[in-house]
Amino acid sequence: MATQHSRSAARIMMAPAVILLLGWMLVPLTMTLFFSFKKYLPLRGDSMANGLEWVGFANYVRFVGSSSFWPSIQATLIIVGGVLIVTVVLGVLLAMLLDQPMWGQGVVRILVIAPFFVMPTVSALVWKNMFMDPNNGLLSYLWKAVGATPVEWLSQAALPSLIMIVSWQWLPFATLILLTAIQSLDSEQLEAAEMDGAPLLSRFWYIILPHLSRAITIVILIQTIFLLSIFAEIFVTTGGAFGTKTLTYLIFQRVLESQNVGLGSAGGIYAIILANIVAIFLMRIVGKNLDA
Amino acid sequence: MYSKTSFVTATAAALLMTGSALAETLTIATVNNGDMIRMQGLTDDFTKKTGHEVEWVTLEENVLRQRVTTDITTKGGAFDLMTIGMYETPIWGKNGWLVPLDDLSAEYNVDDLLPAMRAGLSHDGTLYAAPFYGESSMIMYRTDLMEKAGLEMPDAPTWQFIRKAAAAMTDRDNDINGICLRGKAGWGEGGAFITVTGNSFGARWFDENWNAQFDQPEWAEALNFFVDMMNESGPSGYATNGFNENLSLFQQGRCGMWIDATVAASFVTNPNDSTVADKVGFALAPNSEGVDKKSNWLWAWALAIPAGTQKADAAKEFIEWATSNGYIELVAEKEGWANVPPGARTSLYENPNYKDIPFAKMTLDSILAADPNNPTVKPVPYVGIQFVAIPEFAGIGTEVSQEFSAAYAGQQSVEEALAKAQALTNDAMEAAGYR
Repeated sequence: MATQHSRSAARIMMAPAVILLLGWMLVPLTMTLFFSFKKYLPLRGDSMANGLEWVGFANYVRFVGSSSFWPSIQATLIIVGGVLIVTVVLGVLLAMLLDQPMWGQGVVRILVIAPFFVMPTVSALVWKNMFMDPNNGLLSYLWKAVGATPVEWLSQAALPSLIMIVSWQWLPFATLILLTAIQSLDSEQLEAAEMDGAPLLSRFWYIILPHLSRAITIVILIQTIFLLSIFAEIFVTTGGAFGTKTLTYLIFQRVLESQNVGLGSAGGIYAIILANIVAIFLMRIVGKNLDA
Repeated sequence: MYSKTSFVTATAAALLMTGSALAETLTIATVNNGDMIRMQGLTDDFTKKTGHEVEWVTLEENVLRQRVTTDITTKGGAFDLMTIGMYETPIWGKNGWLVPLDDLSAEYNVDDLLPAMRAGLSHDGTLYAAPFYGESSMIMYRTDLMEKAGLEMPDAPTWQFIRKAAAAMTDRDNDINGICLRGKAGWGEGGAFITVTGNSFGARWFDENWNAQFDQPEWAEALNFFVDMMNESGPSGYATNGFNENLSLFQQGRCGMWIDATVAASFVTNPNDSTVADKVGFALAPNSEGVDKKSNWLWAWALAIPAGTQKADAAKEFIEWATSNGYIELVAEKEGWANVPPGARTSLYENPNYKDIPFAKMTLDSILAADPNNPTVKPVPYVGIQFVAIPEFAGIGTEVSQEFSAAYAGQQSVEEALAKAQALTNDAMEAAGYR
């Protein structure tokens, strides 16, 4: 049990790290909040040195009033939802497959995990130029080989294509976590069920899936946090066209392409609010599993 | 004695300082285009002549624009020299963010710069960036396919002829598309192309009071024409094709015609890269019947010095080296005359060695046919042909071209795309205080 003295010592020793971390978070956050109430168009000569004009909530109203706002929220939720469904479903299946004893298991596992180590920009470029290009891509050759018209993936099916690319990157992460969970499953329990005559589907539904629920929760929580800010894949493949403009991309466009720092900062604050709503929602609904 | 010692010390210190001022290391941001990559390979010549070292930051066009724009607006000071274009130069020059280039040496011969390039890179008559190469746009076409189609390309064709020729050259079974054009979203990609196409149908971005004009019939005509022609004779997925994608298609022999930057001429006629190098003809960019504006643009990639740099003198020396006649001769000597940076200097087009290059005359004619001060049939409040020279345009141009690309891909109708473009442009202009 810690004494009063040791607790004070611990607090003093932790203080620098806590202050640094708080500063790390609070400085950009405060600046974003500050800019979101200002008119700040650097290309029109506005600068911190000259003082920025206070515009109240005008940036917030304009950001939400823009015709791009709701479509961007929709695109964000479709991408996050789509990738979560694909990675969790395929992740469970892959984890179960990889758990089976097989020849060259170690190599296969490394190969399955490999995409996670490829940089998002590189993987997006590879998908765009080598697979999805309607003229020179591998998929178009396959389509032509069976006499079909090649699909223009990144323009005609932009959102599904992006979900496919991002899922490819995140599937190894989901698989790895779920595989670890499956390996901790008591095999005697499964054998007993098998001996009692439970079919494969029932064994999966009543034994394996409940056992995986914690791992699935972790996968969903961690992936959601990262996927909400997905950017590189969109930048490289569609540049925000064809309905793939997510909230993050819209903010990038407002700040960097339009050089409207105030408007983009207001968007940043909306993004923080959205991320928190999603986080609280997930913690409440899905996070219950963690307590069980 | 005392004064003598201090004199010697002062002289030594001055010499040391001069010595250090002589040997600077310049950080230069540039775009990953072929001509710039070539320049990097020849940097040793500059170092040998001046003693200055050079560090290159080479970026893809869109990324370069964002990096240098952010650096200059936040006074980041990451670069001593920046590669910028005709869009940025007058705006930045006006804001006092660039070092004026009004004291270049006599032997540099600033009067030799093509007047259109010099005007486009100046603000209020002061030059703020020196053109490394200049370009317009023109038609590049396959002479063999044209002959097979039984047609002859006029020097100055109309869009209606181009559409007819494209349909005649299209051979889907052999993977040959009659025409390849940019559809990729981005103001400098498909946005630039559809803007000049609009100009050649009598359309304009804004009226004299900065009201968006996408609700006017000229835009509907231009966009519908473009979409119909590309659906008839364009490559699949043209909505995501930009300069590089079309260059690759043309070099593979999969395009009958390609209308794009004049600098592409040296790439499509280079037998090392192009399978159709000996079958390429050139013509002026088209206009619609009865409209007195052609669909060609004007652009220069130029070198400029950000106002905050401590190495302005060395940077000027680099500009004088890279954009001079001497550099052109250096490239000609090492790589041949077809590969020298085109479109910047009048004397290049008077040079007997260059006159024989098949695309030289058409490049110059195209550049001379472009007038950034009067880009459209109807009057406009802006300067610029394939762009509108206001700070907000990069953002607006990209968003509008995204709506157009969605129409090219069949995700929405031309009318929907135009209605959205109209609304978002007016919104942005209101936010910027124009309306």
